[in-house]
Amino acid sequence: MQTMAQDHTHRHAPQTTSQRMRILVIEDDREAASWLVKGLAESGHVADHAADGEEGLALAMECVHDVLIVDRLLPKRDGLSVIRQLRENGIKTPVLVLSALSDVDERVKGLRAGGDDYLGKPYAFAELLARVEGLGRRATGQPLETRLRAADLEIDLLTRSVTRLGRPILLQPREFKLLEYLVRNAGHIVTRTMLLENVWDYHFDPQTNVIDVHISRLRSKIDKGFDEPILQTVRGAGYMIRAS
Amino acid sequence: MPASLKLFRTSTFRLAALYLILFALSVAALLAYVYWNTTVLLERQTDDTIRAEILGLADQYRERGLDGMIETIQRRSREDTSSIYLLTAPGGQPVAGNLNALPPQASTNETWFEFPLDVKHGGVTEHHIARAYHTGLTGGYELVVGRDVAAPRQFASIIRKSILVALVIALVLGLGGGLLMSRNFLHRVDAITAASRSIMAGNLAGRMPVTGTGDELDRLSLALNQMLDQIERLMSAMKEVTSNIAHDLKTPLTRVKARVESALRSGVSSEYREALEKTVEESDRLLQTFNALLSIARAESGQQRSGLEPVDARTIIADVAELYEPMVEEQGGTLSVEAAEGLDIVADRQLLAQAISNLVDNALKYGARDGEAPRIELSGAIKNGRVVIAVGDHGEGIPIADRERVLGRFVRLDSSRSRPGNGLGLSLVSGVVKLHGGVLALEDNHPGLLAKVSLPPVGRD
Repeated sequence: MQTMAQDHTHRHAPQTTSQRMRILVIEDDREAASWLVKGLAESGHVADHAADGEEGLALAMECVHDVLIVDRLLPKRDGLSVIRQLRENGIKTPVLVLSALSDVDERVKGLRAGGDDYLGKPYAFAELLARVEGLGRRATGQPLETRLRAADLEIDLLTRSVTRLGRPILLQPREFKLLEYLVRNAGHIVTRTMLLENVWDYHFDPQTNVIDVHISRLRSKIDKGFDEPILQTVRGAGYMIRAS
Repeated sequence: MPASLKLFRTSTFRLAALYLILFALSVAALLAYVYWNTTVLLERQTDDTIRAEILGLADQYRERGLDGMIETIQRRSREDTSSIYLLTAPGGQPVAGNLNALPPQASTNETWFEFPLDVKHGGVTEHHIARAYHTGLTGGYELVVGRDVAAPRQFASIIRKSILVALVIALVLGLGGGLLMSRNFLHRVDAITAASRSIMAGNLAGRMPVTGTGDELDRLSLALNQMLDQIERLMSAMKEVTSNIAHDLKTPLTRVKARVESALRSGVSSEYREALEKTVEESDRLLQTFNALLSIARAESGQQRSGLEPVDARTIIADVAELYEPMVEEQGGTLSVEAAEGLDIVADRQLLAQAISNLVDNALKYGARDGEAPRIELSGAIKNGRVVIAVGDHGEGIPIADRERVLGRFVRLDSSRSRPGNGLGLSLVSGVVKLHGGVLALEDNHPGLLAKVSLPPVGRD
């Protein structure tokens, strides 16, 4: 999960267009939880904390949260059982599963229990934030679109064509997929791990940072010859396409 | 191999065959002894009878002269049908006896001889054989005394046939019994083999079949089952320990990272910033190594076999190539891909992709001589019925003596350890390949390294 190794400076919160969210953190390690709550608050969200599975389940049942962050190993009731119970009661609040067990089949177990995303411990906060915000957006729902827009860039999903300021841009299929994912999350940070997972459907950790080269290729196609770059690198976090 | 051939190769069958040969030999020896005894005895009896008759006739001749002997011959010829007599005068005229003429087989010497004899029996002529002694008497007379040996000869022939039939029956019964015995044995060995295959495939709860007869195979199965119980206990203990270690080590790491990241976010002076950044970097590296170790341990223990599904290795090769191609190109190198169709395997897609990307990563890092751009060849083909995925480079390669060693954990040939990497890449590849029941071979690419992953195709174990 750790693709953030090379670049992790946080100068200031990047300019994103996230809504303010209410997030429930179910985590028994009080120190880790307090850092998490603090970080979320700094990012402009409201975070509640539950220290065990029963308390977490009770709070989650109130349905006031936009996203749940659930640790797998919890006292009284383990994380997966909390999620299963919520889903059985028809509560569809998006869940990010946190776990020290970061192997692929553990991840599959987490998602099968009803989790929406899975993050291995220890995580980079930027990675967690990007994923939580992604889940929050998913929950508000995206209408079925045939056209995606970010700033002066436009994607036609039917003809699979890309134009910027009306000028056509030719992309390879994977570059198109990469751009589509970035544009769908326009205005939000997308981490390298998220890209590998969502664009390539692989969950392992490449020894060399291969994603960066794909991004710089894409950048050379969509930003070259335009005054203002649309694809930004967010130091210590990942990448972001400007929404406007 | 066909089932019948497999049967002949079992040790039980071989043992049975050996016993069968020994048994057949002893039966044959016994029967030969019986045959020899009976036939020789019968022949000797015939000869003794003939000799006694000749002596008797000689007595008659001595006591009563020629006429006495002729009278005795005539009397005996009438009484005894199975005895043959002939007395000829000088010149060959028959004088007495039940034979019309001297048989051509009779020589002039004092000898034993045999000749065909036609016997009229109730109007039917039967062809018999007679055995006789021919002797010359004083005055030019010749005497032949013999016996019809058709009955004893027939008896000997019956015995010969019986012996043959007995031998054939013994052989057939022995062979059939051997086949039955070994098939039964083979069936049970097959059951044990199937059970152990399923256990090796990750079904740790599986046990060897026990029939309850308490024979040697049952005792073997019971002993193996006790061993499997022990292994299962150890495996589950190890699994628990691994999870606990993962949790116990990652929790403090999570805190360290959270603290440092929070400090970085809150804004620190530049001198501390660098130290904190290095802290995050180091903890990430530690974690990466730790995760790699856990993955290798899990792959090697075979626990992840549950995640295996049918996949086309061609798509994984294409994915990895696509992932690395820009990186290789950026370094001015080339990555050529050649994948045949129909590379169907049963694999964990994630792990296999990680293994192949580790190989490509290695080729990228070590696959070029100083000052040269990397040239990497990624290929997939079917060789000898196995799916072979190969990654070749043109770097320094790995000396033959080190090829086994580099698969170990934390082994780096770069003794200064100055190049990036944790020495776990090839160990993970090796573990993943083992998990898939494949073989990882490191070969010479003349120059460079050729890493070959050969995997069993779909439909085989």
